[in-house]
Amino acid sequence: MSLKSPLGRVMGLGSSGSGTEHWLGQRISAVAMVPLTLWFAISLVALPSLDFYSVTAWVAAPLHAVLLVLLVVALVYHSSLGTQVVAEDYIHAPGLRAAVLALLRLLHVGLAVAGVFAVFLIATRAPL
Amino acid sequence: MSQVSRPLSPHLQVYRWQISNSLSILHRLTGVTLALGGLALVTWLLALASGQAAYTGAATILGSLVGQVALVGWTFCFFYHLCNGIRHLAWDAGLGFDKAVARKSGVAVVAAAGLFTVVFWAVALTRVAA
Repeated sequence: MSLKSPLGRVMGLGSSGSGTEHWLGQRISAVAMVPLTLWFAISLVALPSLDFYSVTAWVAAPLHAVLLVLLVVALVYHSSLGTQVVAEDYIHAPGLRAAVLALLRLLHVGLAVAGVFAVFLIATRAPL
Repeated sequence: MSQVSRPLSPHLQVYRWQISNSLSILHRLTGVTLALGGLALVTWLLALASGQAAYTGAATILGSLVGQVALVGWTFCFFYHLCNGIRHLAWDAGLGFDKAVARKSGVAVVAAAGLFTVVFWAVALTRVAA
């Protein structure tokens, strides 16, 4: 006999009331970043030059812009989940922990918006 | 009630240092370092979006000695976190949990991260020189 309610079982809730989504999100963003980060690193090395015009033209290519947005989103999401766990584990004072967790969340939302918007600006400004 | 003074999980102070827990801590350290790398990446994109002057400024900072050390450090952190992350995904699938295997895969992951870092910068610097 399980003491779990049928609703709790369907929603995958454990004793803490949450966690499955966090765990899965961390891993799905990790798997997504394997090709995305390698593509980014190899592409930068392969570029003939890293000057303003070459990099702008590279980012502005539609496929590259889309992949870069995906990279930024996956990276920031993964970073948000990861740093959250580190803060939860090592900051023991309840008030400070709550403040750091809120700050981390805000910073990551800002980072995602800034990254996506930057790619958008670069892609729309560059003459194709 | 002195709640705060009690030792709380994770109990880092009671572990004997060995490969498995050292690499686990290194995974977190590299992860946090890479979070800062993400901040740098977005800053770099914003500089590129802001125009040539801002981009040249960012490139100058990244090309300075401090910038170069940071870039090489981030490269190692990236390759370590990538390789060890794949090791973690294998564990999630129930593979390689055996103590002897986990120890070997740990050594392999560190070696691979070092090798990839060296190869990456060797290729990158060769291209700059060419």
